[in-house]
Formats: sequence, C-alpha cells, structure tokens
Amino acid sequence: MNKISIENLTLHYSDDKESLQNISLGIPANAITVIFGPAGGGKSTLLRVLNRLNDLTDVSFMKGRVLIDNEDILDPRLDVITLRRRVGMVFARPVVLPMSIRQNLTYGLEVAGEKDKSKMDAAIERSLIQAALWDEVRDRLNDPAAALSGGQQQRLCLARVLALEPEVILLDEPTSGLDPISTGKVEESLQELKKTYTIVLVPHSVQQAARAADYAAFFLQGELVEFAQGDKLFTNPTDKRTQDYVEGRFG
Amino acid sequence: MKNSLHWREYLITRLFRISGYSAIVFVGMIFFFLLREGLPALGKVEFVSLFSARWYPIEEYFGILPLIGGSLIVTIGATLIAVPFGVGAAIYISEIAPRWMREILKPLVEVLGGLPSVVLGFLGILILSPYLRILLNLPTGLTALAGSLLLGGIAIPTVVSVSEDALDAVPKSYRDAALALGATEWQTIWRVTLPAARSGVLTAVMLGVGRAIGETMAVMMVTGNAAVLPKGLGALFAPARTMTATIAAEMGEVANGSVHYHVLFFIGIILFLISLVVNVTASTVVFRQRKRQERILS
Amino acid sequence: MTVTSTSQTRHTTQRLGFSLLTLMTLLTVVPIAVVVIYILFLGAPAISWEFVTGFPREGMRAGGIWPAIVGTLYLTLGTATFAVPLGIGAAIYLSEYAAENRWTRLIRIAIINLAGIPSVVYGLFGLGLFVLFMNFGTSILAGSLTLSIMTLPVIISTTEEALRAVPQAFRTVSISLGATQWQTIRRIVLPQALPGMLTGIILGLERAAGETAPILFTVAAFFLPRLPNSPLDATMALPYHLFVISTQVPGMPIKIQYGTALVLMVFVLSMNFIATTIRSRARARRQW
Repeated sequence: MNKISIENLTLHYSDDKESLQNISLGIPANAITVIFGPAGGGKSTLLRVLNRLNDLTDVSFMKGRVLIDNEDILDPRLDVITLRRRVGMVFARPVVLPMSIRQNLTYGLEVAGEKDKSKMDAAIERSLIQAALWDEVRDRLNDPAAALSGGQQQRLCLARVLALEPEVILLDEPTSGLDPISTGKVEESLQELKKTYTIVLVPHSVQQAARAADYAAFFLQGELVEFAQGDKLFTNPTDKRTQDYVEGRFG
Repeated sequence: MKNSLHWREYLITRLFRISGYSAIVFVGMIFFFLLREGLPALGKVEFVSLFSARWYPIEEYFGILPLIGGSLIVTIGATLIAVPFGVGAAIYISEIAPRWMREILKPLVEVLGGLPSVVLGFLGILILSPYLRILLNLPTGLTALAGSLLLGGIAIPTVVSVSEDALDAVPKSYRDAALALGATEWQTIWRVTLPAARSGVLTAVMLGVGRAIGETMAVMMVTGNAAVLPKGLGALFAPARTMTATIAAEMGEVANGSVHYHVLFFIGIILFLISLVVNVTASTVVFRQRKRQERILS
Repeated sequence: MTVTSTSQTRHTTQRLGFSLLTLMTLLTVVPIAVVVIYILFLGAPAISWEFVTGFPREGMRAGGIWPAIVGTLYLTLGTATFAVPLGIGAAIYLSEYAAENRWTRLIRIAIINLAGIPSVVYGLFGLGLFVLFMNFGTSILAGSLTLSIMTLPVIISTTEEALRAVPQAFRTVSISLGATQWQTIRRIVLPQALPGMLTGIILGLERAAGETAPILFTVAAFFLPRLPNSPLDATMALPYHLFVISTQVPGMPIKIQYGTALVLMVFVLSMNFIATTIRSRARARRQW
C-alpha cells in the first residue's frame, strides 16, 4: 500500500541548481524509503516538495501530481499548514529553536492552537522516548536547547517532529554532522519508528542507505534511475549507473 | 478556526505591505508639497532675477545665487575636513587600532553623531568663532570657515561609519595574501584594502557631503548669515549664508503665500533635488558593489 | 644590502603613516570628548531643582526650563507613536515578505532618499502638509508627524538589519513545523531581533529629540511658560530653546545657556547610552 504517490513530477528552480525530471514513484507506508545519489541529484528538492517547503524557494516550473492518501498536495487550494503537520521534516544540520527544550517540543503544537498542558506533557514524553532522548533530558526540560550536544540536538529535532504525531517523516541527511554513536541511535530509532510512520530518508552515505533501506530510489541529475526493495537494489541493481554508484565508482 | 487564521494572515500581510510602501508615498508627498508651495515662485519672480546675485527679500530681491554659493563654499570646506579625517579615522579604527582601542573609539564617534547640531552651533558661537577671529585676525569669527569646521565635525561620523563598514567588508584573505607576499601592513592598506573598499568609501564621502549640504542649525548659528556671492576660496574667511540657514531663519517671519514664502519653498526644492541626486548615486554605487561581491562569492 | 635598506624605508614609511593616522583619529575623537566634558563642567553649576523643574522667568533670563524638557519629551513620545509601528511594519515587510523586484528596489531607494533629505526640508514639508494643509497648526501633533517621517528611515533600516540577522534556518524550521508566516515572525523572529530593533529605534528617536530644524515651523514656541494641554498645542522644546537663548536673546546669562545645553546633551546621550548598552548585552547573550 503506497502512502505517497508521485506522478510525473517535473520541477525547475529559477537558478537551475537542481531539478526533477518526470519522476514517478510510490512510497510505501510503514517502511523506510531511502532516496540516495550524488549531490545535486534532486533528493532534497523531492523532500521539500513533499511538505511544500519548496513554497519558500524560487521554483520556476512545476508539473505533475503528488498524492498523499490519494489527495493531491500540490493543489493550490490545499491547506499547507495542515499538510506540514502531517508531513514532518528533519534537516541536515540540527537547528534547535532559540528557546528551552520543552518549548522546542511544544512549538508545533502551540502554533496549531493546542492549549491543553497535560496533552503537551504527554507529547513531550512520548516523542522524547521515541527519539531515544528521554533519559538524557528528562530532568532539564527547561534548559536552553542550544546547550545540548550536536547529537542530542538532532534527536531533539526528530522528537520535535514526532511531537506533532505526523504521518510521514522526511529526513534530509539527518546524521551528516553526527558522531557514529549518535548516528547509531538515530538509525535505531528509525527502525522502531517505521512501525508507526512512513519514513523518507536521504542518507548521508551509501552505507547508511544500505543499512536503513526497506526500499531505495537512486537519483541522478534529477532523474529517478532505479527504484526497488533495499536488498535487491544494493545487491543486484538492474541499472549500470546504480551499480557503479553503489560500488563506489563515482559520486 | 482555520478560516480565521487565514484571514488574520492575509490582513497582517496587507498591513506590512502598506507600511513598506509608505516610504514611497512619503517621498512622493514631500516632493509634491515642495512643488506645490515652491513652483509658484517661478511665476512671481522672473527666472533671471531668481538666479541673480542679490538676496534682499525686504526689497523683493530674490536672487538665490549667493545662497547656493554659500552652501557650496561651506560644504567644500566641510568636505576638505571630513573626508581625510573621516576616512583616516576609519582606516585607523578598522585596520590599525588594537581591539580595546576600537571599543573606545567607535562609541565616541557614535556620540559625535548623536550630539544635536544645535549644541555644536552653541559652542561654535561661544568658543570656536571668537577663537578663529583672534587666531586669523578677522573682523568677525562668524565665517564660512567656522561653518565648515562644525559641518566637517558633523559629517565625520557618517564618513567614518560607512567607510569602516566598507573596509570591514574586504575579505580577510585579501590582506593575508598581500602580507604573505611580503607587503608591509601599510602597503597592504594602501594597495589592497583601500582599493578593494573603494566604492564603499566613495559612498561614505557622498553621504557625508549630503549630510553637510543639508545641515541647518549649526551653520546658521556660526556662519554670520551674510548673503554674499563667494568669489574664490578666500570667501571661507568671510561670513556666508547657506540655503538651509536661509529657510530656517526666514520662514518663521514670512506671511504664508507671499512671494518670499514661495521662494523659500523653491530653495527647498533645490535642496531636495540635490539630496536626491547625492543619495541615489551613492546607493547605486553600493548596490553595484554588492552585486560584484555576490558574483565573486558565488 | 639594498634589500635591507628598502625594507628599512618601507618600515619607516609604515611607522610615519601609522602615526599620521593615529594623529588624525585623535584630532577627530579628542574634540568630541572635550566638548562633552566642557559642557558637563560649565553646565553643572546651573543645574538645580529649580532650573530643571521651574518655568522660565524674566524673558527666559532666569528660572528654569521645565516646559522645554516636557515639550521634548512629548515630541519624542509622539514621534515614537507614529514612527515605531510604521517603521517596524515596513522593516518586517522588507525583510520577511518582499520579493526582490522593481517595487522593492523602489521602496529601498525611497528609504535612502528619506534618510538624506535635509532636516529643514522636513520642516518645510511639515509646515506645508501638517500645519497648513491639514490645519493642525503649529502643534505637537504636526511636529511629531514631521519628526516621525524623518526618523522612519533610521528605524526601518536598523530594524531590517536586526531581522535579517536572525538565521534563516529558524524560519524554515518553524514553517516546517506547521507555523504560519506570521506565527514564525511573532514567535521566533521578533523576539530574537528585539534587542537590535530597540537599539535602532532608540537611536532614531535620539535624532528626533535633538533636531531643531524640523520643529522650527511646526511646533516650537519661542516662549511659552506653561505646559501644553493637548497634542494640538504648541510647545517649547530643548533644542529650539537652546537655539533661542544662544542667538535671539541679548544679555542671556551664560550659565543658563550651558545649563540648557547640558540638559539637552544628557537627554540625548543617555538615549544613546541605553541603545548601545542594549546592543552589547544582547550580543553577549545571543545563542546563535
């Protein structure tokens, strides 16, 4: 069952930095779909389409459909705010908001108009446990989030998304700046989280892609080269280019 | 709830946009009101006599050349002071001074920028001009020179802060490269840093000049206010009268709608146009420079 | 041999050059300190309870300057009332909403222009529009409006700078968590930019408080020994009062002149001090 269906999506920026060329792709629910490939291939662009963060950038041309639960999210009449609550995003660099740990976690709920404090407390605990951060910060929720280490900050960013109980979680190289131990913790959490959520991950290395992928899509210069189940794509790719990249011959 | 959120967002965006565009509206309104009150002067005074050399409103002589000349001579004097000292101080602060020194100098220059010009004018009357009179053996110390000195001082903070920004914006790698090639710090400043900051420093100079032309109170208080057409730089040592001082001194005493009233507004139009030209030119210099930087950096 | 000698001349040049620049800087900066200290010393003897809170008497040659202090206070507050909301609004528009197009460039050019218009021309404009055309008369209202348009560019440009200094990533994160643009501005951008904005606003108002030319024909009363009753009243004001007593009144006791200059200077410089203190404290505390 596909949670997200991308149909013939083509996109250009006005500065021609990245693009997407006629992408069609089904992203299954409750699995980790890895989108990988060399830099500039359109991975981040695709992620940013999925929660319409691209609205903030200079898109000069866009065509095609993106369906989440059979609803076209590119429809201009769609309520983007609601969409972004359903589709959360974790960025490459951990960006904690300049406030306390607690406020970082409740931010999304508060802007959504949530006022019930007990609900928020429950969300804080649940999301921190899911992001494997609860034990480390439970006693200092009111400390400034900026005081956390890089790895903790990135898990806080993940927890911040989880607090909103989204349906889809997008992760754009979430471990690129982290040490191996923190990376391991994040990857472990993802394996747990996929039971509840649909996860789209842009990994920071082919190794991570191979480790995490239930499904994998290889992107090259804005084109979807190959899409398959993870073990198939990394052991026995159909396309020569995928094989070359996976075996480290370029990129 | 969702609907009200959208409405609020829409309304707020509108309000911000209106505030943004208000700047254009204000400039337009200022120009419009100056024209409305100033242009009738052209119908009431002959063009030739408006640009003649005699300003004596009581007898209906409205020649504004001496006033333009007065502004010119005072501004030239001020520029001769503000540019070398302002740029020099900026170089010192940005390139040479140790950190602690910089922390003292920058706020001090800011203090000068904050001192009301009327305070400077007051000291100009009481201290500067008597001193100048004795020092230079003049019949009166209230001269264009006194005005230039004060105006120079008033323009300096502008020149310093804008030039310092420009010098600061020069990438450190330029300096490192020059020093690595064996240039002394002094050579680096003159041959690398200053040329690289050229357009910013030019902007600083223009803005400083603009500030000097427009300054009113200090000049009015110390220049002696004699509407004489200056002939050469010797006029620095004689009393002068600027356009701004003329408006400030005489507008309070004219009848609304009189010829004199319209002529004063006409002078306002000239001042407005001068500041328009100075500032637009200065800002295009800045914009061009920024574009070039972007091109280098990207 | 030649190498060492040229390197010696090079270093002599450098030493001479540095000395010259140091000298020029000192010549620029020392007079500022001297002016401030001078006024402080000569003005201090005039300061008394009666001088600060009393009304002028005997054709301003005795008594106090209370009405001028109050007038300047009112004008500063009046200016803030109009210029602060409008200035912040315009800055938010430029920093958060405006696309880089021809209209935005035009707004920027307009702001640069407003910043450059001579203060006496603002006075003319205020006279033409607010005093005569809108019939406010010479009044605090007309003066405040004139001063606020003059202050607007300072407030806009410093506020915009403060807003732009807030990292873009905060905005992206906030939007990605489902906040609207206004929620992002109000909850993230404004609180972070607040110290910078305050600094800019106070520096702008400082300029308004010390200006004389724009209020010459719009507010200022030569001699009005009572406090204004309404925004439509004229009022005395410190800078104009200093101008009057140092040029227009013969036989003015010099002590009162210096006293008035001191009060004006303290008024303005304490605003300057507050502004710079806010700025440096915020820089020290900043988390990004």
